Amino acid sequence: MQDGTANIIEIRGVSFSQGDRVIFDGIDMDIPRGQITAIMGPSGTGKTTLMRLITGQIKPDAGTILVDGENISTLARNDLYRVRRKMGMLFQSGALFTDRTVYENVAFPLREHTNLTETMIRDLVLMKLQAVGLRGARDMLPSELSGGMTRRAALARTIALDPEMVIYDEPFAGQDPIGMGVLLQLIKLLNNALGLTSVVVSHDIHETASIADKLYVLSQGKVIGAGAPDELMNSESSMVTQFMKGEPDGPVPFHYPAHDYFDDLLGGGAL
Amino acid sequence: MITRLRIIGKSGLDWLSVCGRSCVFLAHSLCGVPNLRKGMPLLIKQLYALGVLSLPIIVVSGLFIGMVMSLQGYSILVDYGSEQAVGQMVSLSLVRELGPVVAALLFAGRAGSSLTAEIGLMKATEQITSLEMLGVDPLRYVMAPRLLAGFIALPLLTLIFNVVGIWGGSLVAVDWLGVYDGSFWANMQAATDFKIDVLNGLVKSIAFGFVVTWIAVFQGHDLTPTSEGIGRATTKTVVYSSLAVLGLDFILTAVMFGDF
Amino acid sequence: MHSKTLEVTVGLFMLAGLASLVVLALNVSGLTLSQSKQSYTVFASFENIGGLTARSKVTVAGVGVGRVVGITLDKDEFAGIVEMAIEEEYNQFTTDTTAAILTAGLLGEKYIGLISGADDEFLAEGDMIVDTQSALVLEELIGQFLFNKVNE
Repeated sequence: MQDGTANIIEIRGVSFSQGDRVIFDGIDMDIPRGQITAIMGPSGTGKTTLMRLITGQIKPDAGTILVDGENISTLARNDLYRVRRKMGMLFQSGALFTDRTVYENVAFPLREHTNLTETMIRDLVLMKLQAVGLRGARDMLPSELSGGMTRRAALARTIALDPEMVIYDEPFAGQDPIGMGVLLQLIKLLNNALGLTSVVVSHDIHETASIADKLYVLSQGKVIGAGAPDELMNSESSMVTQFMKGEPDGPVPFHYPAHDYFDDLLGGGAL
Repeated sequence: MITRLRIIGKSGLDWLSVCGRSCVFLAHSLCGVPNLRKGMPLLIKQLYALGVLSLPIIVVSGLFIGMVMSLQGYSILVDYGSEQAVGQMVSLSLVRELGPVVAALLFAGRAGSSLTAEIGLMKATEQITSLEMLGVDPLRYVMAPRLLAGFIALPLLTLIFNVVGIWGGSLVAVDWLGVYDGSFWANMQAATDFKIDVLNGLVKSIAFGFVVTWIAVFQGHDLTPTSEGIGRATTKTVVYSSLAVLGLDFILTAVMFGDF
Repeated sequence: MHSKTLEVTVGLFMLAGLASLVVLALNVSGLTLSQSKQSYTVFASFENIGGLTARSKVTVAGVGVGRVVGITLDKDEFAGIVEMAIEEEYNQFTTDTTAAILTAGLLGEKYIGLISGADDEFLAEGDMIVDTQSALVLEELIGQFLFNKVNE
């Protein structure tokens, strides 16, 4: 564990395009260690792509991404897997292995990467499940769990090997208020108790702003806002305020670009 | 005009890139030192899913094909007074051709499509990505056991298919149509050679097992993780592996039996 | 599914497959487990070997005693020389043994039938059987039939 750098992830000048579409155009981001950083932005700005860049699943066209001091896009397969073990990722759908019980799912990384005995693994699994509140559900199959429980079980699996950092991919999407509250509390708890760095990718402003230490707002391939939640709420940029306050019309227009309304109605179809 | 040329060129390049990707995929999945302790349970589970669960369709199909061959063969041979040759007709047709080919086609339809759908679903629900994130190589953990299980299962299924088919053929010929039991088996044994017929049939089934499983697993791994993507990939698996089996069958038959 | 039941089922499946291979070997293709028997070579010269091929059976009174190993052309006499491998235990064929090319059934394959004679000496390695009966050629039979018919 390198305690040297203050930022666990440093993104410098990263550009990425998919076909003709430019997704990122020279962005810079710093994810500080031990804090909760949120990455937000309107739908389709490439938040998922950013996560895949950080985890080394795809390589940027330009720029560097340093994870704990190592440039992840240039690593060979074995080194890549080694660095990935320091990262945990919680997927939107949970992505539990559907043919195994909750217990088996959480035990999986322990069995694969350690040589611990079954009794030690059992203790660890129960501890992780207790942390997320699912110790009683350990023998259930993923198909028997509710959406919120699936996410909590997946979270237990993600922290099984005690990673230094956890990336949450849209953790609040589609959750009822109680589920939301549970997740919020868990994210905060894990961050503080285990000294984890948390990266939350989301577009639920209120929830995310309530726990994040630092926010990044992405739009159209660039970082349009960075800082603490209160700063961004009162930002000078109208794009940022439109996003933060959820205004339906502003720099991101309500109307998809079209011809003049009057002409369209009277013209009768001739575009 | 130019656009059409472009399209043809692009399809050609796409096709080449698929071939290349599938070879790289195979190499990454299978090469390297296998971890027997961890890999065995996975392999056994896949052998169950692909082999044991395919037994019903293989056994029933084998039985019916053997019986039909015997029936048809008898009706043709009886005109020449050679109905005792029905045994060798059934055995040679099954062991050389029908056994390997039909078993492979059934396997492609049943096990191949289920492999593609299963892996595709794992890809769509991000289980494959989460394996990568947990530091486990999905090619070694998910794909390799399935590939190896397919290579082993199809030859075994073909052997069972052949035996059941011949037994079915004997039921029809001896018990129903009255062919003399002794000459049925004696003619069959005289005409069927272990090395030329049985072993060549086995070699064919090993080749088919390799091709069908490779196509099925690769299609699952390579598809776009949406519901139409999974559907398309499953269809592709069945179509491509069936065509590959039939084409490979011709080549192998020409090599094995074609020295005229 | 409990892993132990799974393993047992898979084990049974593999045994079934291997057992099928054994059944195919023994019952279907008649593979014999005995050692390949020692044999000695005898030649026979035929005017027309018909459809005889290598690996055809050599029989005496219908009992298999050997196999045809090779067929070559005698360039001086333009006759077919058939090389036969006869099993060692059948070493009492007299030197005036006759060899005939017979057909098994109407569509059956050709095989060689040997009939022993009355000489004192026996065939040894490399001997040639001269008293032979060639295969029946359909065209010659028809020709003969027509010839006989014409003569009536």
